[in-house]
Amino acid sequence: MPTITVDKAALFKELGREYTTEEFDELCFEFGIELDEDTTDSDRPIVDGKQEPPQLKIEVPANRYDLLCFEGISLMLNIFLGRKPLPNYRLVEPSSGKLETINVKEDVGTGHTVAERTMKIRPYVSGAILRNIKFDQIRYESFIALQDKLHQNLARQRTLVSIGTHDLDTIEGPFTYEALPPKNISFIPLNQTQKMNGEELMTFYEKDKHLGKYLHIIRDSPVYPVIYDSKRTVCSLPPIINGDHSKIRLDTKNVFIEITALDKTKVEIVNRILVAMFSQYTSEPFTIEPIKVVSEHNKETRIVPDISPRKTEAEVSFINQCCGLDLPAAEICKLLEKMAYHSKPSATNPGLLDIEIPMTRADVLHQSDIMEDAAVAYGFNNLPRAFPNISGTIGQPLPINKLSDIVRMEAAMAGWSEVLPLILCSHDENFSWLNRKDDGNTAVKLSNPKTLEFQVVRTSLLPGLLKTIRENKTHTVPMKVFEVSDVAFKDLSLERKSRNERHFAAAWYGKTSGFEIVHGLMDRIMAMMKSAFITGEEGLENNSVGDSQYWIEELNCKSDFRHYNLDNITDTLAAPTYFPGHAASIHVRIAGKEHAIGSFGILHPTVLEKFELRYPTSTLEINIEAFL
Amino acid sequence: MASDMTKPILDALSASDAPIISNQAFPSIPSTNVKSALDRLGSRQMVEYETMDREVISLTEEGETIANNGSHEVKVFQAVVAAMDGLKISDLPGIVGKDNAKVGQGNAFKKGWIKKDKDLLRPNTESVVDDTRELLMTVKNTQTLGDQKAIADLKRRKLITLQKVVTFKISKGPKYAKEFVKEETDLTFDMLNSGSWKTVNLKPYNFKAKGAPTTAGALHPLNKVRQEFRNIFFEMGFEEMPTNRYVETGFWNFDALFVPQQHPARDLQDTFYIADPAKADPPREDPLNDPHRPKSAQPASKATTAKPLDYKDYWENVREVHQNGKYGSIGYRYPWSADECLRLVLRTHTTSVSAYVLHKLAADPRPARFFSIDRVFRNEAVDATHLAEFHQIEGVIADFGLTLGGLIGFMEVFFAKMGIHQLRFKPAYNPYTEPSMEIFGYHDGLGKWVEIGNSGMFRPEMLEPMGLPKDMRVYGWGLSLERPTMIKYGVSNIRELVGHKVDLNFIETNPAVRLEKD
Repeated sequence: MPTITVDKAALFKELGREYTTEEFDELCFEFGIELDEDTTDSDRPIVDGKQEPPQLKIEVPANRYDLLCFEGISLMLNIFLGRKPLPNYRLVEPSSGKLETINVKEDVGTGHTVAERTMKIRPYVSGAILRNIKFDQIRYESFIALQDKLHQNLARQRTLVSIGTHDLDTIEGPFTYEALPPKNISFIPLNQTQKMNGEELMTFYEKDKHLGKYLHIIRDSPVYPVIYDSKRTVCSLPPIINGDHSKIRLDTKNVFIEITALDKTKVEIVNRILVAMFSQYTSEPFTIEPIKVVSEHNKETRIVPDISPRKTEAEVSFINQCCGLDLPAAEICKLLEKMAYHSKPSATNPGLLDIEIPMTRADVLHQSDIMEDAAVAYGFNNLPRAFPNISGTIGQPLPINKLSDIVRMEAAMAGWSEVLPLILCSHDENFSWLNRKDDGNTAVKLSNPKTLEFQVVRTSLLPGLLKTIRENKTHTVPMKVFEVSDVAFKDLSLERKSRNERHFAAAWYGKTSGFEIVHGLMDRIMAMMKSAFITGEEGLENNSVGDSQYWIEELNCKSDFRHYNLDNITDTLAAPTYFPGHAASIHVRIAGKEHAIGSFGILHPTVLEKFELRYPTSTLEINIEAFL
Repeated sequence: MASDMTKPILDALSASDAPIISNQAFPSIPSTNVKSALDRLGSRQMVEYETMDREVISLTEEGETIANNGSHEVKVFQAVVAAMDGLKISDLPGIVGKDNAKVGQGNAFKKGWIKKDKDLLRPNTESVVDDTRELLMTVKNTQTLGDQKAIADLKRRKLITLQKVVTFKISKGPKYAKEFVKEETDLTFDMLNSGSWKTVNLKPYNFKAKGAPTTAGALHPLNKVRQEFRNIFFEMGFEEMPTNRYVETGFWNFDALFVPQQHPARDLQDTFYIADPAKADPPREDPLNDPHRPKSAQPASKATTAKPLDYKDYWENVREVHQNGKYGSIGYRYPWSADECLRLVLRTHTTSVSAYVLHKLAADPRPARFFSIDRVFRNEAVDATHLAEFHQIEGVIADFGLTLGGLIGFMEVFFAKMGIHQLRFKPAYNPYTEPSMEIFGYHDGLGKWVEIGNSGMFRPEMLEPMGLPKDMRVYGWGLSLERPTMIKYGVSNIRELVGHKVDLNFIETNPAVRLEKD
């Protein structure tokens, strides 16, 4: 959520009264913004010999672009408090009757239209003029800060939309929007003294803390977008920087706003927010001078901005039902007024409200948004309480979770401690540290982890158990730990190309190997799963022990189980996971069907070394899904 | 084992009724031995005793030598005087010994007894008093010294040590007897068999000590809290959702939830994307042999109302509602990319599974309650309160005609079951719920309102593409499992709770979890 810093005294002056921190916090809470900090009582920095005045830091919802500046917050709170109506925004054409123009330029001569080039790099342009605006230091800073917030949030770090604002009296329309090879664009960038072309500019700003992060948006493109005035003065090189020539100052009277974008919807949202917030400072408040965009090739020739409210309808019954209220239509309209809507009961259908959504409310997509605003205006905490008490479902656990709980309880009752390691681990921990080889068809691998700790989704619970033991060296031995949780495997046959598998694993760490002890734990779990042990020779023929039997086989130390699937025995690295001759695979036959479900054994000393374990360690890992 | 002093003590007391003093009666027996005998006798009221602490001073080996032969500095002084015409410094160790020379020379200078004349030492006074030796003699004879400053000084010079001497004043107790009858430590099988239990003298039990530690396994504290939450859901009639899939598609994790494709949550900075396998398939029916298919995936009855789910239709509806708007929504109006949908991610929330289950419900829409508690993944920088993995608790209620007040009312009951009785609700933003409410609970311990969860009604843009009817509304709410656990149990670093850095002792000693009481 964006955080907006506003001057406390100025805001309370706009709101017509003083608030205590608690009172203002309460107001924010009800309205749906959050007072993050009131700096009144904190150590405020001293700038130019003056201590910074108390500020309020306010978190606003990410979709409320109309609350990204002081002007918006004070206006919307005033409307919410019933102190002000929504301003009557008007488009006022220049007295000459001739609109300023941005031509998206076509150049037939080269065989390629330049406009087509803008289509490739940044296809949309829009803009507006604020005539006879009066800035002061605070308004000016707010104007810059709003552009910054819009660039960061809605515009996704300028990738989708970028704004340039200019002193109109230093340049002359009609303007053109073109895309040219970087070498052909030459100008003095904002606050610089040297002229440079597009290529030089990229090098110049490479190390720049603020602008460096935007260069990638166009850097490798053969053409860069650029806006010229009629005298070929560069106004801006979107989305990087404006020209120094047309920069706005405190005494700028007429502001030309140009906005370029990849996204047709967002370019107009940005335009409307800018003019809605700052047109109040023009000599005739809330007036905006429209401009014409000529862009035939993509059928985007139009007059901008469109400040007309969006007309829609909302069902009275929908709003009442969702809120659990029974308000007459007129009452709902009053509530909506507080949230900046103009609404009235429909003349033709008594079940409907005719609603005008102000141009500032780009977040309203559906009547459910309108319903929410009615509920906010009514007060969430004032809504009549109810208790929904009908359900078509029966309380029940997911079968695999119920099975897991049984195994967890049995393991704990047998004296083992449950641990909860992470699911992500490094590739080495999952493979080479266990002397296992990655055949490329096993593990799900991440593309953008921030650290080496998170390279793959584990395919075994062992790395987590062994790391937990490693981190508990000061604990008395023996340590007996277990986990019942999911691992994941690639599985290209499925929609998600992977699947989870529920495993149970345990590790013993002590002065003796503990081989028999993990073996005994395995026996215990099998007994609890109603699986009967059958010895190799006679037992295999002995089917009288119920429909679930298990046996173990010495694990060939040249191979190892990865998938716990008999078909899938693969070669391992130089040494196996387990100590030769002291490892077994675990097999079950359930209802006549055989599964190899896991293995146990004494860990190979090379594995211990990798996980920095000093004592002998025996582990057990089984896939419990066969018992579902 | 140290000698048993019970008999000597009883014997010593038998002579008269007068009390005895332990260090006089048994001067060579360590006081700890006497004490253990006294405890045994005292617990049986055979004797009574008082403890008397006293500090005694004794000489160290070096102190003993000085008391006998004089201090280093006196020896040095005497050597210098004896040399008549000055003593070469280098000769001093040869005359008085190395140790005496080193310490004694310094002290003698400090006291002004000798002076230096080039490489010669000359006396600076005619006679000296060996005060150090005198003090040590006093100590040797009386084991005390009145002057605290002198004690400290001698102690610093390692000439004396202080010792606490414990003595006991012992007298006969009400049950005094000359003989200490042998006691059995425990009732045994043999005693029962022989009948000796009738006459046996059992050693009194020490009711101040703890019993023998029992061996015990343990469940992880976070899983104990998880179980409490699961019980709350079960009590309230919720079915557990199949969250056993860590890898999700962009479709289920984002698009199905009406999260636009440019939403910051889809950034590489926030979401783990999968490099291998490369690309998902569009949504389709699960394999019929998948054992984890939710119960509610099957229609309630074999009623003819159940309609087969059309996944292609769903996909197109999602595209339409994002790109052009549908179901009364104007949509986000951007070119929707199928490729973005088919990127594989580690699920960032279990709401992806809620979407999957709600879509199944669309085959036969009916009131239903679902929940899940499972791991989710965020590509965040790890710190004391953030891990790349944590557990999300999620609840879903689907019904016709649900109201916002019903959600609030339900949350009040739900959170009361975990001991939070004061709630308030703040309007918030979430791409897939409208209205969205942040839930704040008053925490008595912290004395303030803390955010404890998020809730809302799922947007029509999420539900209607699935084929759920317009008048079916669905509550969803979620909270992390770690946060309430950390607040309740005062854990300040999440890494001490989740992951391999957790302390096994913490797991083994963490008390049972009773959410409504703790």
